Amino acid sequence: MTTQTEYRSQLHHRQKELMVKWYERLNEAAETGEPPTVSMMISGNCVELLEGFSAVPIYPEVNALQLAIRHQSLEPILLAEELGYAADNCAYVKADIGAYLRGITPTGGKLPKPTLVLCNFVGCNTYLKWFEHVAEFTGAPLYTLDVPFMRYDEPTHADIEYVVKQLKELIKRLEDLTGRKFDYDRFKEAVRCSSEVENLWSRIKHLAKHSPSPFDAYFDAITLMGPLYVYRAKPEGVEFFEIALKELQEKVLNERDDGEREQFRVVIEGPPPYPHFRTFRDMFAKWNATAVASTYSTVGGLWEFGARHDPSTPFESVARHMLEHNVTNRNYLQRYDQIKKYVEDWNADGVIIHFVKSCRLFSAGQGDMRDYFTKTLGIPTLYIESDLEDPRYFSEAQLKNRIDAYFEALEHQKLSHRGIEERRN
Amino acid sequence: MEKLTERQNSNESSLSSSVPSVVSPSCEDVIPDLNFTTVRKWKDQHPGAKAIGYFPVYAPLEIIHACGMLPVGLNGAGDQLDIQYADARFGSFICSIVKTTLEMGMTKHLTPFDGLLFSTICDSARNLAFVFKRNFPEQYVDFLHLPHNPSSEASVDFLMSEYARLQENLEQLGGTKLTDAALNESIELYNENRRLTRRLYDERDGNPQLMRTSELYALIRAGNFLPVEEHTKLLKQAVDELPTRAGKQRDSIRVVIEGSFCEQPPVDLIKIMEEAGCYIVDDDFVLGPRWFTKDVSVNGNPMRALADAYSNASVYSSMPHDWRNPRHKQLIEKARRRKADAVILLIAKFCEPAYFDYVLFKQELEKEGIPHLLMEFEEKMFTFERLRTEIETFVESLLFD
Ligand code: SF4
Ligand code: SF4
Repeated sequence: MTTQTEYRSQLHHRQKELMVKWYERLNEAAETGEPPTVSMMISGNCVELLEGFSAVPIYPEVNALQLAIRHQSLEPILLAEELGYAADNCAYVKADIGAYLRGITPTGGKLPKPTLVLCNFVGCNTYLKWFEHVAEFTGAPLYTLDVPFMRYDEPTHADIEYVVKQLKELIKRLEDLTGRKFDYDRFKEAVRCSSEVENLWSRIKHLAKHSPSPFDAYFDAITLMGPLYVYRAKPEGVEFFEIALKELQEKVLNERDDGEREQFRVVIEGPPPYPHFRTFRDMFAKWNATAVASTYSTVGGLWEFGARHDPSTPFESVARHMLEHNVTNRNYLQRYDQIKKYVEDWNADGVIIHFVKSCRLFSAGQGDMRDYFTKTLGIPTLYIESDLEDPRYFSEAQLKNRIDAYFEALEHQKLSHRGIEERRN
Repeated sequence: MEKLTERQNSNESSLSSSVPSVVSPSCEDVIPDLNFTTVRKWKDQHPGAKAIGYFPVYAPLEIIHACGMLPVGLNGAGDQLDIQYADARFGSFICSIVKTTLEMGMTKHLTPFDGLLFSTICDSARNLAFVFKRNFPEQYVDFLHLPHNPSSEASVDFLMSEYARLQENLEQLGGTKLTDAALNESIELYNENRRLTRRLYDERDGNPQLMRTSELYALIRAGNFLPVEEHTKLLKQAVDELPTRAGKQRDSIRVVIEGSFCEQPPVDLIKIMEEAGCYIVDDDFVLGPRWFTKDVSVNGNPMRALADAYSNASVYSSMPHDWRNPRHKQLIEKARRRKADAVILLIAKFCEPAYFDYVLFKQELEKEGIPHLLMEFEEKMFTFERLRTEIETFVESLLFD
């Protein structure tokens, strides 16, 4: 037990340090104008390119989720609604815009006006609107990097060429805006760091194949995702994920499968309800249910199936990453396949579909997804609804009932299976 | 549904009742026809030829046409269909057109179509494309990525490759080869159709009493179903006929409608707006067939011309995205050009792109001192009472201020 506490505290400690350091850099940029900053989306981000300018990313999504998890999202959401945002707009955007106008930041420090607002359009149409609004409200210049959606299983040659050309235009734009020359070697080194981090992260994801899994690939994965986006292309990132992997490996060795700690293994689809993160998590903890995989943890990148950045073809690999190696730019049926693979290879008992009101990218069509998993594949699937940012849309009692009923049924099913097997023997 | 007739009758004298409705009755009949009779008829007349349905907003009609196929704009099911299946696939907070389109598929209303085309309009519609693929594995379903970065030099090349991909798929489907000559011919046909549409809007602009928007709307929307050659004839007829019409001026304000680019409002709602005293001098209804602001060039590589027109001569709308000339600026420009007294933001419930755009539209309209009203609609509405009151109050406040 002591190892576990130590392990958790060290990992969390380092994570916190890194994130605080990041916000300090942003504060510095707000006060001194240096380093240059680029506002960017998490999905399919090209943080490697920023390294070529020693620029620091601003992730409005991270800010929004931090506000929600600290129970600070409602005030900015209400302010945004006063401005005209609809009750049914993505609440990430509302929280971000509201917080900007009110001067609220997750840490209380300052956030800079971005040198460039870079809309790396990777799947979500809301990104386009969101960043247009950020550009309008902050007065910062906007570059929309258009990434073709995955109409097929593989990107076409034209897709890759199109993204690479835009990456080069983006470099030119950043050279003009920062007055700095793009440092190609640094960029290449950043791509190399990323590939290492991806390797480590992928190995961590695969540890969840153990039973019990040393971590929860939904609720705990979120802790690891901050450094994954901000530091992926840096030596600090490599170091962080080395620590994380080592500790989780030790946990695998030290924990025996007594069948108690992990009664159910599930795959979770959809982002978490950040404003009620704890409460939601407890609903699963009560049943000793672990998420062994999740689609949400692949918004930034999908590496557990082998994809990596490649320093020998840095531009192309950044383009490929934006195109095909993140869940948001992959088509809906690819997501079905991803979840199916998780269930099979990570040996899960069922699927939880968390419908998020804000997020149509994830949610539009999840009823069809449920149909596929329950009817076509016969996998026990639970469909529940809430929101990732808006605290008003969370019906605790109802969620609890549905989750309890689901696990009760699963338990029943397991017991009767066991009964059949025992009788067979 | 609450009855319109009474009100209509009482207002009839002040409306352009003397307008001969040569065009509209047949056009109005086409709109709610979920059997797609015109499409079936066309297919009967052209044995073996294919019909391609496209989801709003934009599709390269010329390419489909030049492959010998009939492009048909899908516009949801209006109030013609009860949703039985689609709700279970697309749950809460999803707009109506996504559900009615799927419902049409699941109730076999889309059988006249040999292919369905979707594009990057919004997240719901995009997922819909893939839900279609899963549920109708035999159907040709394609998804076009229309570029969102027209400022990039690479965007035209990319779109050309996307069009080439579509071309290949259509050629395979139809068993015919597309030629540059055929494509140029199709472009000419659609250019003419769009030119006439622009002209109709422009000429009506000075005399909005000559043609009601509900009538114009039906005429334009019929273009979604009819072969372009036939539809162009109707447009020509309307253009020729317009000056010969006599319509009485009424006490009305001039409004521009914005926000109904995809899901279409019930025709009754458009009528209510007119009855309440609005000359709708411009709108973004049924935008697909009138997508380009000028003629697409026919002197050169036609695929390039089409791709270039998309990047550089698209109408502004909630889709596409072009920050070189933001749509909130263009809305103001349009309102000024049309000498509009007000803008009505008419938005489909749960249409997220329109919701987002509303924020900057509103801000800009306020900055420019242009009165505006926000109204939400659904394809199927059971009562228009509340909206009627809202619009009447709004019009009165402008007329008598
Ligand atoms: S819609 Fe979903 S993916 Fe898009 S910004 Fe909102 S939460 Fe993120
Ligand atoms: S009405 Fe709006 S939300 Fe619905 S499909 Fe059209 S663009 Fe998307």
